[in-house]
Amino acid sequence: MKGWIGKLIRVNLTEKTIKVEDLNMEDAKLYLGGRGLGSKYLYDEIDPTIDPLSPENKLIFMTGPLTGTYATCAGRFNVVAKAPLTGTIGASNSGGYFGPELKFAGYDGIIFEGKADKPVYLHIYDDIIELKSAEHLWGKDVFETTDTLLLENEEDARVACIGPAGEKQVLFATVMNDKDRAAGRSGLGAVMGSKNLKAVVVRGTKGIGVSDKFDFMSATKDAKEKIYANAVTGKGGGLASYGTEVLVNILNEMHGLPTRNWQTSYFEGGELISGEYLAENYLIRNKACFACPIGCGRVIKIPDGKYKGIVAGPEYEAGWSYGACCGVDDLNAINKANHVCNLLGLDPITMGATIACAMELFEIGAISKEDLGDELRFGDGDSIIKWTEKTGNREGFGDLLALGSYRLAEKYGHPELSMSVKKQEMPAYDGRAIQGMALEYATSNRGGCHVRGYLTSPEVLGIPMKTDPLTTEGKAGLLKLFQDLTALVDSSDICLFSTFAIGLPEISSMLRASTGLELTDEEFLLVGERIWNLEKLFNLEAGFTKEDDTLPPRLLNEPLTTGPAKGKVAELEVMLEEYYEVRGWDKEGIPTDEKLNELSLSAKALA
Amino acid sequence: MKVEVRLFATFRNGRWKSNIIDFKDGINIKEVLTHLNIRDDELGIALINGKHSSLDETLKDGDVLSLFPPIGGG
Repeated sequence: MKGWIGKLIRVNLTEKTIKVEDLNMEDAKLYLGGRGLGSKYLYDEIDPTIDPLSPENKLIFMTGPLTGTYATCAGRFNVVAKAPLTGTIGASNSGGYFGPELKFAGYDGIIFEGKADKPVYLHIYDDIIELKSAEHLWGKDVFETTDTLLLENEEDARVACIGPAGEKQVLFATVMNDKDRAAGRSGLGAVMGSKNLKAVVVRGTKGIGVSDKFDFMSATKDAKEKIYANAVTGKGGGLASYGTEVLVNILNEMHGLPTRNWQTSYFEGGELISGEYLAENYLIRNKACFACPIGCGRVIKIPDGKYKGIVAGPEYEAGWSYGACCGVDDLNAINKANHVCNLLGLDPITMGATIACAMELFEIGAISKEDLGDELRFGDGDSIIKWTEKTGNREGFGDLLALGSYRLAEKYGHPELSMSVKKQEMPAYDGRAIQGMALEYATSNRGGCHVRGYLTSPEVLGIPMKTDPLTTEGKAGLLKLFQDLTALVDSSDICLFSTFAIGLPEISSMLRASTGLELTDEEFLLVGERIWNLEKLFNLEAGFTKEDDTLPPRLLNEPLTTGPAKGKVAELEVMLEEYYEVRGWDKEGIPTDEKLNELSLSAKALA
Repeated sequence: MKVEVRLFATFRNGRWKSNIIDFKDGINIKEVLTHLNIRDDELGIALINGKHSSLDETLKDGDVLSLFPPIGGG
């Protein structure tokens, strides 16, 4: 079969052994690649109850059957492990150029096992695969590490690495690649750090075959034309012109932009942190990942002041977490804090949201100036940078912030002030103003997250059709569809942003032509559903229950005070019951035998 | 009657960010778009006082109308 390379690298860091083995093609047909296939390997090979930072955890890099091909937006790969922030299954995908390069070298993925006794990195140049010492790199930031590795190896190689935050096992450390692209959520960089694995350097010179060249070129041409012609993704469209920060104003105008740790949902400084403002005052040029016709990435210049410099611009979520969520309207400071996250290897969503939680804890007097050595107030731009640096290096109070907002707030007696689900911070959409997102957060298999079933698209943006964000009716079924389709996208492994312009038919056509799998569109969607249920099985076996499919009390009990959703809370209970039903799960949220059989799944430990 | 019209993203090109405009009573969103020289099919989302609204919805004095071309992100 084509699309896949059919080879996998297995590295045992304890034993210092490297093996190249055949990809499990039976599983590849059922789970494709990326998030799905990576999760299947993880599910089969580890006990879901283990400590995520122990050598028993495995760290899996996995590409998909579209990665590195001519398919549109096919530059992605996934990092998969049990996640230290949440204790759930962790899969986080990233763009850039690393994933395609791994396939050009002749491999679909890498599985890291055990723990090295000293810092190491893996170097891959086609058939040459070797573990090398990384002792001279330990302590270096992501940019220094990348530059050093490119000097020491092929100058046109691609590097994925951790920064100091991953080394020090900050629970929301990222795996970074191509300097500023991130497998950002759930703390997979901490798993990499716990294994003393600093980096993976890869250079590949081979090609990737597809099953039917004519069909493949036709399917990819069709998808690209739709992306070019689309007002969101096309030339001169919103994403190219303003980046993802284009969302700030619409969320703010509808009073759905969580502000000051979700105390309100409208930020008076919204315009100053928007994509429009960024484009007008900072943007130098766009930046695109492999095979991407959109180019939503931002290269920006902080023109003056103490944070002056040229850096990668923040995504919407980072602009929000450091901005509205911390009450900061100084885009210079936000841009700088986001850059510090890239240097140290931190998830800016959890970082900003954790600082916002600490700000509220300070505001109510639960943490003091003595605890911090300073004041910590909403709106203070300098403090978001200072505490990001201290968290990444685990200095002083930063050592506590490194545990994320839930563990921090719990320590100071106010776990309800952590705006997290399954201990992972929710991103930039208030579930009281967008009911579908409330259900999305509560049911996401990796905790608080927006990209597991992005109902913001229909609820706020009207894509592909408009739904009413204030009602609950029909949201469960819609969410299931979005979750299953997203699992398919993440396992193909193409960029989710392509789905603003293309959908299941286009993705299925590209997959059929690439892999030769003779599946209908509906059967490809079933692959997504299978992946979703596999992730759910992992979490159930890790000890999660219905009690964990919930939201912070603030969303359930404190009504919004302004905007169209004034007086509303997240109406989770009614949506969750319906959701379990449409998923074919029982009332406790456990997949029924009938559902598992339908998906050719079997649970390991659930009797 | 006076309506505050706010424009976002590419709608600002060659126009403005925000303006208070004196309209005839009972004007609807479609008519405001015509006034602004924005085609119906260029519109992504319209909000009246933050609430998602369709083209035929009418405005009243003091309303805030926010207009967006199709946008996406995440």
